[in-house]
Amino acid sequence: MHNSELIAQILKILAAGLLLISFAMLSARRTQQLITLFAWQGALLFISTCLVAYGAGLREMYYSAALTLILKVITLPWILNRLINSLGAQWDTEQLVNVPTTMLAGLLLVIFAFGLAQPITSIATTITRHTLGIALAVILLSFLMMITRRKAVTQVIGFLAMENGLFFAATSATYGMPMVIELGVALDLLVGMFILGIFFFQIREQFDSLDLRHMESLKED
Amino acid sequence: MKAISFVRQFIEVFLAIAIAPLFTGWIAKCRAWLQNRSAPPLLQPYRMLRKLFFKDVALAKDASIFFRATPYVLFGTMVLAAAIIPSLVTDLPLARVADSIALVGLFATARVFLSLAAMDIGTAFGTLGARREMMIGFLAEPALLMVLFNAFMLFGSTSLPSLVDGNRAHQSVVDPSVLFAAVAFLMVLLAENARIPIDNPSTHLELTMIHEAMLLEYSARHLALVEWASSLKLFNYACIGFALFLPWGIATNGADGLGPLLIAIASLTGKLVIAGAALAIIESFSAKLRIFRAPEYLAMSFLLAVLGLLVHLLLGA
Repeated sequence: MHNSELIAQILKILAAGLLLISFAMLSARRTQQLITLFAWQGALLFISTCLVAYGAGLREMYYSAALTLILKVITLPWILNRLINSLGAQWDTEQLVNVPTTMLAGLLLVIFAFGLAQPITSIATTITRHTLGIALAVILLSFLMMITRRKAVTQVIGFLAMENGLFFAATSATYGMPMVIELGVALDLLVGMFILGIFFFQIREQFDSLDLRHMESLKED
Repeated sequence: MKAISFVRQFIEVFLAIAIAPLFTGWIAKCRAWLQNRSAPPLLQPYRMLRKLFFKDVALAKDASIFFRATPYVLFGTMVLAAAIIPSLVTDLPLARVADSIALVGLFATARVFLSLAAMDIGTAFGTLGARREMMIGFLAEPALLMVLFNAFMLFGSTSLPSLVDGNRAHQSVVDPSVLFAAVAFLMVLLAENARIPIDNPSTHLELTMIHEAMLLEYSARHLALVEWASSLKLFNYACIGFALFLPWGIATNGADGLGPLLIAIASLTGKLVIAGAALAIIESFSAKLRIFRAPEYLAMSFLLAVLGLLVHLLLGA
């Protein structure tokens, strides 16, 4: 009993770490920095999934944890790094509009997410149920990040971070999704990454920049 | 109230005054190592102070009594702050005088006096530094208060010694909100003590300086006192951090005798050594922010502290 309490305690701290990283991503200016943060987020997710698997005694969750490690900590950051290297965008910085305001909006989103998770938390029985609010907050914060960014690469990182949040929500509400679905999602992510990589080059070819503002005008001037 | 607790109070204050310059020297040494320079000796700050105390004071012709009184006020407030903060023992008779909100007020008093003294002479640099200091200060103070509120919520008290006692009582529990509060506190510490993301402590000749700009007109024993007060301030901040986040080893209420005191001194030394090295690493790896980025930086630390409060309330730890 004491053991599971300790695990729940550590899980809460890891969840808080995930939230902290989400806020760091919201305010990070460099693309390179964002990729590092994304990899860290994956690493925390890996540790927490392993802990949940250990605490709940579920063997198949170790597989999804391993999938997280391979895909989100190693492969995706590696692909992203290679992409921005070949795009010459590794030192790109982004003009962010008013970081404090964005952070304030993020704070409101956190409150909203906790309110949203309250009814589910009260009926769930998993040892991770308290972290569901944080998982929802991570999803919403990634949304916010995608809204505030203008560059293609950073928007994609926001999208991937959102998937991290969804995965975390799944583990905290119901001990993860069935293995088939998880494999499917992983494959989707990987394929999506490749397609988006090709898109980056196309966008740059067309507009000479990765700024998505150019895509808002329908006609060429 | 026992006489022995007054003795321990005295030991604590005396130790703070004595080793504060050593802590500053240690940070400078670590920074020099990291930057591949030959490091200054560890006792350099003491030599500096000694040299300054033996010099004659050069005062500006328009300096008022205010300008001359400020170094003593600064030093006095910092010593009083050191008496309130439980760096070695929690059974402090003086700590009943003021809780940690009053402590923030003490730091604010010191800041106001230093800024006014810098403006008193009427040089451009002094005024510039004072204005910048006030800008940083009014943003850093709420962040510091929010960090303290985090601890108040956890242990239900506003006095630092009873926070440490409460922390030691159930030390197996690490609340997630502590994570946010610790990051926010670190950011405030760097900003308040004229450290690198906000101000460069080793610059004297640039237009970017904040803290140094205010001290330009001070000389000899006045300068020595101001420098000593600022190393005491850094020491105090480090001790607040230890009390809030790493309270191990501090002799708690009821732990009498020499043994716990010696353990407390040893653990304080160990923590200071590690904290100094960590500060030097942070400073070497980050670049100084533009002055107009400082509000953003401090707003972030404030929001992190608020987030800690929220996480504590909503996660229901």
